[in-house]
Amino acid sequence: MIELKNISKDFGSGEKAVHAVRDVSLSIGSGEIFGIIGFSGAGKSTLVRCINLLERPSSGSVFVAGQDLTALSAKDLRAARKKIGMIFQHFNLMPSRTVAGNVAYPLKGSGLSKEDIRKKVATLLELVGIGDKADAYPSQLSGGQKQRVAIARALANDPQVLLCDEATSALDPQTTKAILHLLKHLNETLGITIVLITHEMAVVKEICDRVAVMEYGRVVEQGEVFTVFAEPKQDITKSFIHTTSNLQKVEALIAEDSPVTRLQPGELIVRLSYVQRNVNEPIISAVSQMFNVSLNIIFADITIVQDSPIGGTVAIISGEKKQITKAIEYLIEKNVGVEVIKDARADR
Amino acid sequence: MQELIVNIAPNLASKLPDFYKALGDTMLMVLWSGLISFVFGLLLGVVLTVTKPNGILENKVVYQILDKLVSLFRSIPFIILLTWVMPITRALVGTVLYVRGAIVPLVFGSVPFFTRQVESALAELDGGLIEAALSMGSSPLEIIFRVYLKESIAAIARGTTITIVSLLNLTAMAGVAGAGGLGDFAIRYGHDRNMADITNVTVLVLVLIVCVIEFAGGRIVKKNTH
Repeated sequence: MIELKNISKDFGSGEKAVHAVRDVSLSIGSGEIFGIIGFSGAGKSTLVRCINLLERPSSGSVFVAGQDLTALSAKDLRAARKKIGMIFQHFNLMPSRTVAGNVAYPLKGSGLSKEDIRKKVATLLELVGIGDKADAYPSQLSGGQKQRVAIARALANDPQVLLCDEATSALDPQTTKAILHLLKHLNETLGITIVLITHEMAVVKEICDRVAVMEYGRVVEQGEVFTVFAEPKQDITKSFIHTTSNLQKVEALIAEDSPVTRLQPGELIVRLSYVQRNVNEPIISAVSQMFNVSLNIIFADITIVQDSPIGGTVAIISGEKKQITKAIEYLIEKNVGVEVIKDARADR
Repeated sequence: MQELIVNIAPNLASKLPDFYKALGDTMLMVLWSGLISFVFGLLLGVVLTVTKPNGILENKVVYQILDKLVSLFRSIPFIILLTWVMPITRALVGTVLYVRGAIVPLVFGSVPFFTRQVESALAELDGGLIEAALSMGSSPLEIIFRVYLKESIAAIARGTTITIVSLLNLTAMAGVAGAGGLGDFAIRYGHDRNMADITNVTVLVLVLIVCVIEFAGGRIVKKNTH
């Protein structure tokens, strides 16, 4: 559906030039929810604006639905943009128009009669769950409601693609969830392709199928969300994933010498991570029974990504030295990642 | 009424027809030069906004020339502008006197002022709205009318109110240079012939006019703010 080929975008020239996007190539399939994550300044907002040419790339080409947008005339580009909806972090609703007026904005000149526009607006508002707000002004709405209006407006011309530029970054966590569910619902019912820019890994985890990680204008890692979560390759990806998990807190606790991480001689702290899609056996209780070791869980963080559990636990293992070794071997055999964080076996 | 005026302002009472004529002339000057300035100022303000660097129709040459021209006319004191544009006035309307002769310099004096007012009103608009409109496939013309102007009605009304009040001020100067009107009336009788009551009443009437203009402007602003 969307094909970006060697996109670069520079602002300014000479020594002061800023290379916002550097040689990015992406392919986004039809009906996919594709996340682009990065810290602010990584170039993700510029990149998403290259998809509808709000920013014209300095080099490279942009194909949407098979059409090379960079080659279109101004008029054809406007027609193409009507099929690419976009929503923004700050909603960008027109304050002098009512909710219905905002949603009707892109329908003017579409050939629909006034009555048809009124009906279409009502349907769209129902679809996004604010059918009763048609006559309200944006200033009377909450952030979540404003984003719903923006989504309805973006969908007015039945686009094939919806670009979301930090669409949930100005919303509280609960509203964020509700908006993400709405996007997922639209993706499933309308089959619309969604490109989602965010700096929150939790957003990616919630609804994306695939993700690209951006740093310094480049895409440094991309793949299925589950795979990226399970086996992040780049440091930046790891740091994003850590923001969604509390399994990293154990190091801080050890550094603080927290009572929960003080070991008896012979014990050790391990971080177990489930990186395969087949974690549905009760591994911890199995290990405990088979090798007669006890596992005292300090942290556990398992979430569902793309319908598979992912995450891990941090636990203190105690038992006989040989049995502990066997238990660890067994875990590795079962494709559980084992990382020894603190070892007091030698203290015995 | 007549008696009241005679008692409070005896000099004015004897000049009533002149006074009404002066009031009418002032109104005519404000009305005509105001209307013309509104159209040109709005046009130039929009052109400046859209041709600005990063504007929707960015054009360095047009922007720079227009911007400098506006600054040029803004920096000339009106009383000098009045005499400076006399050749143009004469060429356009045939005379530099009376209401007709005043309209040209008044337009030259207030168009640059109003242009800046419009420009700053449009600059207040959230750039995100323009970006949203572009993303929805709006053409530049659509963006000008349906976003820039439509969404800035309140801000433009505010600028218009300020411009009309300043225009009223300019008509007094134009009046002294041969156009007539309230300013001329107050100077000629109130000052030159030491008829203080005429000056006082003129000031009072001008205050009333300004109040009415500001009230009307405020209403438009209020109606268009949500």
